[in-house]
Amino acid sequence: MFYRENGQFKISYSKDQALLTISQDKFFIFALVAFSLLIVPFIASDYWLTAILIPFLVFTLAALGLNILTGYAGQLSLGTAAFMAVGAYAAYNFQIRVPNIPIIFSFIGGGLIAAAVGVLFGLPSLRIRGFYLAVATLAAQFFIPWLLIKVEWFSNYNPSGVITTPPVTFFGFIIDTPVSKYIFILVIVILLTILAKNLIRSKIGRSWMAVRDMDIAAEVIGIPIMKTKLIAFAVSSFYCGVAGAVYAFLYLGSVEPDGFNIDLSFRILFMIIIGGIGSVMGSYFGAAFITLLPILLENIIHFLAVALSITISSAVTSVLQLLIFGALIIFFLIVEPHGLARLWSILKEKLRLWPFPY
Amino acid sequence: MRKLSFLSFIFIFFLNHLYAEDSQFFGIAGYRVGPYAAGGTPFFTGYIDYLKLLNERDGGLNKVNITWEECEFEYNTAKGLECYERLKTRGKTGPTAIHPMSTGVTYGLMDKAPKDEIPLITLGYGRTDATDGRVFPWVFPLVTNYWSQASAIIEFINQKAKDGIQGKKIVLLYHDSAYGKEPQNVIEQEAKKLKFELVKVPVPHPGNEQQSQWLQIRKERPDWVILWGWGVMNATAIKTAQKVGFKRNKIVGNWWAGSEIDTEAAGGKVAKGYYAATLNLSGSDFKVVQDIKKYVYDKGKGGNEKYLGTVLWNRGVVAALVTVEGVKKAQSKYGNKVMTGAQVRWGLENLSLSKDDLKKLGFGDMVPPIKLSCENHEGAGLTRFQQWDGKQWTVASDWIGGDKKLVRNMIEKSAAQYAKEKNITPKCL
Amino acid sequence: MTFFLEVLIGGLLSGVMYSLVALGFVLIYKASGVFNFAQGAMVFFAALSFVGIQINFGLSFWPTLMVVIILMIIVGVLTEKFVLRPLVNQPQITLFMATIGLTFFLEGLAQLVWGTDVHPLDIGIEDAPIEFILDRFDMVISAFDLFAAIISGTLVVSLAIFFQVTKIGRALRAVADDHQAALSIGIPLKQIWAIVWSVAGFVALVAGLMWGSRNGVQFALTFVALKALPVLIIGGFDSVLGAILGGLIIGALEKLAEVYIGPMLGGGIEGWFAYVAALLFLLIRPEGMFGEKKIDRI
Repeated sequence: MFYRENGQFKISYSKDQALLTISQDKFFIFALVAFSLLIVPFIASDYWLTAILIPFLVFTLAALGLNILTGYAGQLSLGTAAFMAVGAYAAYNFQIRVPNIPIIFSFIGGGLIAAAVGVLFGLPSLRIRGFYLAVATLAAQFFIPWLLIKVEWFSNYNPSGVITTPPVTFFGFIIDTPVSKYIFILVIVILLTILAKNLIRSKIGRSWMAVRDMDIAAEVIGIPIMKTKLIAFAVSSFYCGVAGAVYAFLYLGSVEPDGFNIDLSFRILFMIIIGGIGSVMGSYFGAAFITLLPILLENIIHFLAVALSITISSAVTSVLQLLIFGALIIFFLIVEPHGLARLWSILKEKLRLWPFPY
Repeated sequence: MRKLSFLSFIFIFFLNHLYAEDSQFFGIAGYRVGPYAAGGTPFFTGYIDYLKLLNERDGGLNKVNITWEECEFEYNTAKGLECYERLKTRGKTGPTAIHPMSTGVTYGLMDKAPKDEIPLITLGYGRTDATDGRVFPWVFPLVTNYWSQASAIIEFINQKAKDGIQGKKIVLLYHDSAYGKEPQNVIEQEAKKLKFELVKVPVPHPGNEQQSQWLQIRKERPDWVILWGWGVMNATAIKTAQKVGFKRNKIVGNWWAGSEIDTEAAGGKVAKGYYAATLNLSGSDFKVVQDIKKYVYDKGKGGNEKYLGTVLWNRGVVAALVTVEGVKKAQSKYGNKVMTGAQVRWGLENLSLSKDDLKKLGFGDMVPPIKLSCENHEGAGLTRFQQWDGKQWTVASDWIGGDKKLVRNMIEKSAAQYAKEKNITPKCL
Repeated sequence: MTFFLEVLIGGLLSGVMYSLVALGFVLIYKASGVFNFAQGAMVFFAALSFVGIQINFGLSFWPTLMVVIILMIIVGVLTEKFVLRPLVNQPQITLFMATIGLTFFLEGLAQLVWGTDVHPLDIGIEDAPIEFILDRFDMVISAFDLFAAIISGTLVVSLAIFFQVTKIGRALRAVADDHQAALSIGIPLKQIWAIVWSVAGFVALVAGLMWGSRNGVQFALTFVALKALPVLIIGGFDSVLGAILGGLIIGALEKLAEVYIGPMLGGGIEGWFAYVAALLFLLIRPEGMFGEKKIDRI
């Protein structure tokens, strides 16, 4: 009843081709964007901004990248963190070596370099499929951090291979308070999300999905497999690279290659599994879930411990988190293999029919 | 999803108020889980045990009650930063001081902590050039930093080796990471100065496979091996040394490779003869350890009795000691109440613990005397060496300082470069 | 020359340890078509339970072994019941993700029950150079490595015989080939899966004991699973023989590369060399040496 599209006629081609065709969708998205852009900065505490919202946005970006590659183009990749590292280090090098370069160009530069590296490690995908490809991307995951530490030029000859990012300025404003960082990252994420959505709707997006579903058939009908797969790797790595650059510049402040290890790659993979493979919304849901869950679990366990007056060591809390996390992944895969995004679509379906069950 | 977030917001808000009483809150970002849990657990247990002792035996810090909370970050930098943000919101004046105990988190907090006015204590790790307090007023690589340690290791070998270190071949077996690269500049300089040959052999993370490295070492036939590892790399190194027949008493580990965790995981008798550096002696004979046993463990409030007197547990106690003494020093100036981060910073910068002070506090010669100043955030710069006899650590040397001039030169140069990059004018706060 | 032999033999023996872990993967892939990422966690779980039981209940070697075998069988049965059965017709990638979830679950459970401390594991064989060979040829070959090689060899041979000759082994191969066909001729699918996972658990236990005594039982033990992946690529995901040969090749190549090529590149290449080698191998032969060639039907 709430979600019915009755009475909404699209009277021009441009309206028909718009990203948000149903007015309830349009209203909802605009309200959400307005809320997060205009209201959240004022009501959220510093802790929420720095420790929860900013990492959520950064990981959404990385999850978007991985979703494009794995969800839409069907190429399983376990090297996401490595591409983030490339983006971070490349952006850092642009920023310190090119005088007076605007920060946006550094980020884009970082993304482009990451895209190039992504294409390089995506070349095997032309021969290899499935799990074997995943293991091939692991080669990237182990090789790149090694390279970043070994070649001292990348970290500007820092004795420990750590890069400390210079302060970020945007048109004269120094971006160093949680609020300014949050808004800056939010705008970047929104713009890149719109780009992703459009890419997916376009010809290249459709060829990705064709390759994902049955690549031999796709080749038969004339889709250039090599170009399609490599573009998927390029775009995905671009997103991961930008995510890595933002992660380094605006969240951590200084990074070492070890911070982009395989654990991070798996984490991002989980985000898209739980959020929903092959769905832009899914990247958001997954990132939110994975970012919030540990904190929520810890606070619940802490609260229970205090309420029941038993001391639970933080080690036990952490280990319990691992356990619950693993169990939740299995649970999600059993109950809804298409993730939270599917649950959301089902919810919208139900809203369409409410109060009727079918 | 939003309901979950709202609920968690409520929880956090609620928990906040649990600590808003008038007490000195110590925020602890720790790790008892994950790849380095074995090293973290005894350290953080020791830290908390000392705080408990102060509450039980002395009624707090000059009558100010002590509270604490531990946040688990599993040695993951992003999680560590989240822990930091969370601990910042607790307590009346924040977490007093933070011990990051991880290179990643240390670097991540370099810019944040000064802005939040929270001192960072990097006891025996972290950015060595932070010793220069004129550029890093909020960071304290207390007792001894990495470069002083590296130099001390060279001097120890110089003392122990037949006819000194000149002309000998030394292998540096290091963890291939930021941590592992830390001492290389110093040791290379020392190699030039003292005329010995240095061969560097990296071990890729996590270091549980070192066969090729040790076969290489066997080929090189060095006189001594310096082990600069952390976590599983240490035990594996010792075991693999046995596998290729390299004498353990020609291996000197740094102080993150020199605890019972490493030697016992390798198998007690396998590690017999292994030397390791330390900035605190192990052993339960010290009065403070006995006091903790009496006032905390015998009352059933202790963390884990088997850690008592071990190297890392003692180190945790020392970490708590310096933090607490910093607070006490601040109280001597600002009054016997809860101290803010800025006041604690002052207290740390002016901290001075003489031999007599340490004796009165029950520490004896567990740590060397410490005296800090604006230019010197290190305090002592002394290292001691222990040897594993198969069952425990025995003292193998006195406090060694190493080449202090060389190290200080390098620190000042590095700090000056950082100041230039970040547009900081070095001055005393 | 002796040094080269030393590195080579050391590498081969090291590779045998990798194959031990890879064997577990192969078993499960062969029988249920699932790539069990949780094998590393199973190795960790088995090793930690072993030392945990030994320390907390003071049992000696063989009784503890029995108890842990039973424990692993229980883990296998429960996994089949709660993870595999509900996901029976899902695409391979979903099952793979489920095993990743299982990894976290087992890691968390093991540490919850037995704690997070490091424990040494002693199975009586010392990890020291064999005096005889050291004196005669000036080569370092560890007694422990040799022992591990013998154990793994025995295990592989017995498993190979098991698959070829016994009724259950043939049933396993049938199930691996086509679940529905196997069902249709009356093979009890659930039982077979439970058996496979239990055998994999047993293999994980042996691997855990070997690796645990080599490096100490600690969380880093779960990383050995990652090293087994290049082995599987080269050997093929569903070949027992391939796991052994792949292990030997990767072990030898890795060590030789680290010693001879490493210094030219600054060292530390062991972390990625195996993967790059596997990647290059895949470009020539995408199914691995002995893997089943996939014939795509459109």
